[in-house]
Order: sequence, then C-alpha cells, then structure tokens
Amino acid sequence: MFKLKSTLQNSETLMRDAYCSTLMELAETRGDIVVLDADLVSSSGMKPFFKAYPDRAIQCGISEANMIGVAAGLSLTGKVPYCHSFGPFASRRVCDQIFISAAYAKLNVRITGSDPGVTAAYNGGTHMPFEDMAVLRAIPEITLLEPCDPVALADITRQLADTYGVYYTRMARKNAVGIYEPGSTFEIGKGNVLRNGTDVTIIASGIMVAEALEAASALALEGVSARVVDMFTWKPIDTELIARCGEETGALVTAENHNIYGGLGSAVAETAAKTVPVPIEMVGTDDRFGQVGTEAFLRAEYRLNAAHIVESAKRAIERK
Amino acid sequence: MNKSIRCKELRVFAEEIRVKTLTTFGHIGFGHIGGAMSIVEAVSLLYGEFMRYDPKRPNWPDRDKLVISKGHAGPTVYATLAIKGFFPESMLRELNQGGGRLPSHTDRNKTPGIDMTTGSLGQGISSACGIALGDRMDGRNSTTWVIIGDGELDEGQNWEGFLFAHQYKLSNLIAIIDVNGQQLDGYTSDVMDLGDVGQKLSAFGWKVYECDGHNIPALYQAFSDAKEYADGPAAVVMHTRKGNGCSFAEGIVSNHHINFKPEQMEEALAKAEAVLEEARAALRK
Repeated sequence: MFKLKSTLQNSETLMRDAYCSTLMELAETRGDIVVLDADLVSSSGMKPFFKAYPDRAIQCGISEANMIGVAAGLSLTGKVPYCHSFGPFASRRVCDQIFISAAYAKLNVRITGSDPGVTAAYNGGTHMPFEDMAVLRAIPEITLLEPCDPVALADITRQLADTYGVYYTRMARKNAVGIYEPGSTFEIGKGNVLRNGTDVTIIASGIMVAEALEAASALALEGVSARVVDMFTWKPIDTELIARCGEETGALVTAENHNIYGGLGSAVAETAAKTVPVPIEMVGTDDRFGQVGTEAFLRAEYRLNAAHIVESAKRAIERK
Repeated sequence: MNKSIRCKELRVFAEEIRVKTLTTFGHIGFGHIGGAMSIVEAVSLLYGEFMRYDPKRPNWPDRDKLVISKGHAGPTVYATLAIKGFFPESMLRELNQGGGRLPSHTDRNKTPGIDMTTGSLGQGISSACGIALGDRMDGRNSTTWVIIGDGELDEGQNWEGFLFAHQYKLSNLIAIIDVNGQQLDGYTSDVMDLGDVGQKLSAFGWKVYECDGHNIPALYQAFSDAKEYADGPAAVVMHTRKGNGCSFAEGIVSNHHINFKPEQMEEALAKAEAVLEEARAALRK
C-alpha cells in the first residue's frame, strides 16, 4: 500500500543515504547481508556501512567483472550480496558475468547501478546509461527495478533481502522528487496507479514519474484526463495493468530516462501488442548517446520532461 | 599409509577416470578431449585424497568446493563423480544429450556434485573467491579449489580475481593452473604468449608450487604444500600435455575439440585400459 505526498518537491533524504541506511538496518539483524563495491564507496554513500560492518563490506577495487563473480560465489555459500557500481559498469560492462555466473547459475545476487541516464550529468556519455535495462532485459529470469524516490528505494532494498534471484536496481544517487509518503510499500512486479484518468495512461519510471504527474496536471487544465502509472518494475512487467490501462484509456505514453529501444517503451509495447493493442507514444532518449551537462540541460536536450509527455499524450489520443 | 603405495593407488584411480572419461566421450563421438585428459591426474588427487565431500550430500555446506573454470573439461569430473557414487554410472550416457544432466560445460543446477556453473572462460576464479570468502566468514573449514586452463588466462578477469584473492588473503583457496601449452587455435606461445605463468602468479602475491601434472607423487606433494600454506592463496601450476593418454588426441595441434571415428576410440581405449592394468599390476607388486 502506498500514499502519495500532497506536493511534489525534492525529498529531504538523498537516494544513496536511503540505500545505505536501509542496508545498515538490515545488517543489524541479518548476518548474511554483504555489500560489495568497485571503488565507488564514497560515491554510493556506503561509507557508513563500510565503517560499521567492515567484515561484511567488500571493496573489490576497479574490477566490476570480478565483483559480480565474487557476489555469485558468496551467494553460493548462503550470503545475500548487494553490489554497486555506476550503471554502465554494473550492467553492460559485466553483462556476461551477470548472465553466466549469476543468472544462468541460478544464484542470488543484487546489483545496484547508480546514476541512471541524465542523472550522470557531468560524468558524460561514458557514464550515462541509457541502455543498462535494455542490455540486461534479455537475460532470462532477471528482475529489473527503478524506484523513483527514497521511500520506494528503501522499501525495495529491504524486500530484496528476502527474495532469491538476480535483481538489478537503477538508482539515482542524489536528490529525487519525493512521490511517496514514508511507510508506503511496493509490490515488485506490480505498477502503482498514482492518478486516475480515462483518456490516456502515462506509464513512467524513475525521474520521469514526477514529470508524468506534472504532465497529467497540465493535461487536466486542457480537459484531458490522464492516468499515471509508476512502473518501477520493468521486468517482469505488469502485463495485467498494461492491458487494463489499454482497455480503459485506449492510449498509452511511456516515459523513461533511457533509450526507448529495449527499455520501458519496448516492454510496454510488446505487452500491449500481445494483449490490448492501442496507440503508444514513447518519451525517452531516441537512440542517442549521452553527453556532459547539468541534469537540467540534459533533460531539455533529450526532452525528458512534462512538456514532451503532454505533447505525446495528445498525439496518442489523436491516433485512437 | 605409505605414501608410495597411496600414490600407486591414486595412479590406478587416475587411469580409471581416464578410461571412464574416454568411454563417455565414446558414446557421442566428439568432445573436448584435449583439456579433459590434461587434468585427469589432478582430478584423481582431488577426489581420491584431497577434497572433503560426501556423495550422498552433494550440497553439504562443510564440503570442499571445486570450481572447474575450464568448464569444457567437465566430462573428466563427471566420470569421477560417477565412480565416486554421486550418481549412477549409467547417467554418463547423458553427456551432451538434449534434456540430459551432463552438459558440455559444467552446470551446478544440472549435475549432482558440480558446485559452480562455468563455461564462459575466466569467470571461475571470481566465483571461487566468493565461495572461499563466504566459507571463511561463516567459519567453515572448507577449501575451495579452482581449475583454470592456461589458454583461459588470456581473459583479464582471472587477473582481477588473482588480485582479489591476494588482497583478502584467501588461504582457503587453491588454484590449479593446467599449463598444457595449447588452446583452441594452437600453442599458447603462438596465440597469446603467457610467458612464465608461475612467475606471474608470484608477482600477484600467490604462493606458487610448480610440478609435472601427470606425475602423481609430484602433484601429491604440490597439493599438500598448497593446502598447508596459510598466509594467502596458493596455486599449483602444473605442466601437462593436452590430450595426455588418449592416443589420437595427444601430441597434435588441433585437440581442443575432436570429432573421432569409433575405431579411433576403440584403439585409444584399448591402450588406456592396458595402462590401467599396468597401474593395477604395479600396485599389487
């Protein structure tokens, strides 16, 4: 069950601090929780964990491939490992290790890839994953998650301690717009309907959830009733909800901080095509590489904003 | 027991494994024979002497673990597991059969007694490090063994893992490096010259024991020393011949994966069985 905040503003807690404090809370009672990082402890905000639990915090150096393998091996002995690196190095760089040593081996590994898409800002095109979810989505049985705020991130991080399998979580490290009230809980594999509507459904994830809510308010002023879904699980995708939204609103818009090829847009379109085919418009990066800039510059550059969602929603409705 | 007699027994066991492995390949007419043959003696020592295991409890947490990073050498271990009773010998017929439990590359989810899934070269060292670290964290007195091919050392991940094992002083981890000098496309010196593998591992902080990987007493000594070494990870760099003991595979360049005729295998098996009989005779003396 979740409860929405009444106004949209940056959360007080940074994403990485929510991640660290949740893992510390888990580690307090769970001896099997282990944390691995590849020389980004200072960036991931995990210094307090490394200080409090030095025996369960494993610095792997700048060797992400080895880190994933070590995590797989640790899980074979019953440990519950959480690994972190920047998104591109936690996904595309280690795709084969995640595939073979973790997923195909049916081991129990959690991977957190930070700085998704434009949130990589000044680190630029080399560090700006618009493809991490697409790269990993073809791995059978993997679960892909993108919680949008610290409340969602904390709840999902907590839940992952009691799940089994391979999980990749996209995590913005710093500020995020607070969407949920503390105490909200999330069901992995189920989207959250944040706002009801009848003309179109905006299916968003991560930083685009706040943009989607803003777009829905703008559309309402123009007499368009837009439903908003936070689709924080990209795989397995919530087929039932997508079909229902297609049925009830007749048009869909996807909004992701990611390439529209292979990401959320693709996952929704595949599902809609197999269930209730309706017009779909996709907001996301359109097969482009990243680049340096402020997050504001990049959001404008790639049109990852409410204005683009509004425009796309109108186009989707027109196509009905 | 007298070590010399023990080594004679282990020679018999090794030749039994060789015959059983070749017989298994014989059912299908092809396979990764070269790299399977070069590790026969090492595997005979692991399952005949050095590893702690219980065939009835393949997932017993306190067992020693074996990661066969050169996963294509699985058939040698399958034959050994069958001999040791992890599964019936009739199951060896399932090698590479659709829906079977003995895939070309080792898979922990398919075969009782196989501890880790491998096949994409270079990954075994990392999972072995994780297993060794996890066992140590929980105070389990288990050793993790990892068999790595020399050609496989081309993969950079091995060297990441070697650094890690040294950093964390994983004295419960032993790497067996199978230096047979060949890889799929030819001799390692021609494809990607590895130089002195033992020196490289020493430079990475490992304790290195080098020996002839087909000489049972020498291998026995190296494994004993490696087990005893308590200050960090140890490696047994064993010099071997790819295809050793298989008449049509030994001494040729293209022996990584071989398609063979039934009569070739009949001849190879006859020779291997004769060697097994010699080993048995030597034990009786």
